[in-house]
Amino acid sequence: MSLRYRAIPWTAVLLALAAAYPLIPALDDQLMRLTGLPIGGRMPKLFIYAILALGLNVVVGYTGLLHLGIGAFFGIGAYITGILTVPAYPFHYSLGTYEFLASLALATLGAATLSVVLSAPVLRLRGDYLALVTLGFGEVVRFALRNLPEITAGTKGLNPVPPPGFPFPAEWNWGGDYRFFYFLTLGILAIVLWLLWNLERSRLGRAWVAIREDELAATCMGVNSAKLKLLAFALGAGLAGLAGCLYAHKQGGTADPDQYGFNTSILALLCLILGGIGNRKGVLLGVLLVVGFDEILSPIMDSYIQRSLGQAGPEYLRFSGWRLAVFGLALILVMRFRPEGILPARRGV
Amino acid sequence: MHTLLAAGDASGWQSFLQYCQGGLTVGALFALIALGYTMVYGIIELINFAHGDLFMLGTFMAITVLSVLGINTATAAATGTGLLLAAVALMLVIVPVFCAGLNWTVDRAVYRPLRNAPKLAPLVSAIGVSFFFMNLGLFWNAGVYEAGRPVPAASPRAFPDLVSSANLFPDDLGFRLTGKDALVLAVTIPIMIGLTLFVKYTALGKAMRATAQNPTAARLMGINVDRVIGATFVIGGALGGVASVVYALYINTISYQVGFQMGLYAFTAAVLGGIGNIPGAVLGGLVIGLVRSLGSAYVGETWTSALVFAVLILILVFRPSGLLGARTREKV
Repeated sequence: MSLRYRAIPWTAVLLALAAAYPLIPALDDQLMRLTGLPIGGRMPKLFIYAILALGLNVVVGYTGLLHLGIGAFFGIGAYITGILTVPAYPFHYSLGTYEFLASLALATLGAATLSVVLSAPVLRLRGDYLALVTLGFGEVVRFALRNLPEITAGTKGLNPVPPPGFPFPAEWNWGGDYRFFYFLTLGILAIVLWLLWNLERSRLGRAWVAIREDELAATCMGVNSAKLKLLAFALGAGLAGLAGCLYAHKQGGTADPDQYGFNTSILALLCLILGGIGNRKGVLLGVLLVVGFDEILSPIMDSYIQRSLGQAGPEYLRFSGWRLAVFGLALILVMRFRPEGILPARRGV
Repeated sequence: MHTLLAAGDASGWQSFLQYCQGGLTVGALFALIALGYTMVYGIIELINFAHGDLFMLGTFMAITVLSVLGINTATAAATGTGLLLAAVALMLVIVPVFCAGLNWTVDRAVYRPLRNAPKLAPLVSAIGVSFFFMNLGLFWNAGVYEAGRPVPAASPRAFPDLVSSANLFPDDLGFRLTGKDALVLAVTIPIMIGLTLFVKYTALGKAMRATAQNPTAARLMGINVDRVIGATFVIGGALGGVASVVYALYINTISYQVGFQMGLYAFTAAVLGGIGNIPGAVLGGLVIGLVRSLGSAYVGETWTSALVFAVLILILVFRPSGLLGARTREKV
């Protein structure tokens, strides 16, 4: 029982395992043979979504504000990155090799600033109305991205976003070896987790939780709830923007605007709700379950079923065809039987 | 830009009227769906996210009824008037009953256990139900065959064109009202009047208003609150079902993804009118229909949805109680 008093740092263990995985190339090869899927190559997307979900967790988990439009800030991050790095814009040439760092910083700051500007007028709305405004905003951004082809290249997206330059050596072959993006995204995820770990125990983190638990009581205790809610929105959107920037680099382009719509917002929310709202470990678990389902489990099962059927069957014989039903049922069941998720946040002091 | 300039001359004025007519007709449909949102919200303060997808399932039920009757896109033109009227009448009975039953079941199984949970729990569950319905619609679409073959599940499918889109007025009048427009108005207006009378004068309607005002007090007065809430879901679902039949006959394309967008339009309409307020939902639906129609005519088709969402945000920020709603304070 001595473990009870020295909790295992699960997050650190998980990160260490993730970092060790690519060091054993035989493992990835073996999994590739077994599943027909480059697992290592898929993982960066999980790490990127983890950053997005952790950003949403600041708003929904810590502060208790339901946000249904985080995908928009993910998209804004991606498109800021696109504008800064694609050859169609002049910035690519003036920034040169510094464009990766510049896009990382500006995507984060840009998304955070925009979020502050947009959420300031809606802060006083109550929970469900606030959720709808964020949803509406997310959709407006998606339509704007699609309908302004002069800026965003419409449904084609901004291409090509070049691989990261400085501070990485120019001879790194980002496209050829999955490990570069793997370590880059994992490293940034680790930094984000470390920052959030510190933030949770700070005065700010505790104030957010106070607002979540009882806003009236918190304000009576001298917590400036409007300012702190804005900060939560800014930090959440900033992390989403950061994730968007990495996403654009990983994809080599911004992809089409529909990648940043309501579906993405709900996917991130699903990670939180399933794993455990307000708990970093829970969010990571949720990302593993939800994004892992989409990126790893579905393709494996699909190809397996297709091989055993000998052909691509109708929608209901495809594993990925059940995606929405599985996610929907998961939401319903979790809300009914375990409303705080699989790994609930620790409450109290 | 050229459409904006064209609005200046005489024919521009006429087309403006035409856009208004189209907008109001679609708006009447939005209003029918919005009533489902507003009634449920009025009574249990739940944004029933799944309502749009319930509507979508209704359109699939409608096409299934037609295919059982042997009517499909190929045979639609050759269908006799008698069979046609019978088909429309049958759809208008079966689909609302189906939607009402489904809506009641969902309330009973999913929302009722969460009555005392934090407010966001049923909202998240409703998103889950909406996902589930969408998947159901996807499979349903794969299951209804077209000319003996399945169609790709994710693609929109054509709904048999049963109602004439010819002008009912002589063409030189300069104002068009098609058979489809007439159908929408002939179905929606009596239903709205009937609903208003129902809520105002029947015992159940009175119980609904009482429950909406204060569930505890209503319970103390001997009202079976759970039954009243169930009845609200039944009525809301039935209205959604009627809307889906009329929509399918009017637009002639159905897709498993239409629920989300129609649902948001309708919800915007409900909020615009003052959520929980029945005449408000009708007014809101008509206004959203106008915004959508005039927006796509004068601003651009691609911006219509963004415009409607912008309206939603502006109302929620500046007048959260809507056009007709009373200002309410949040209960602490």
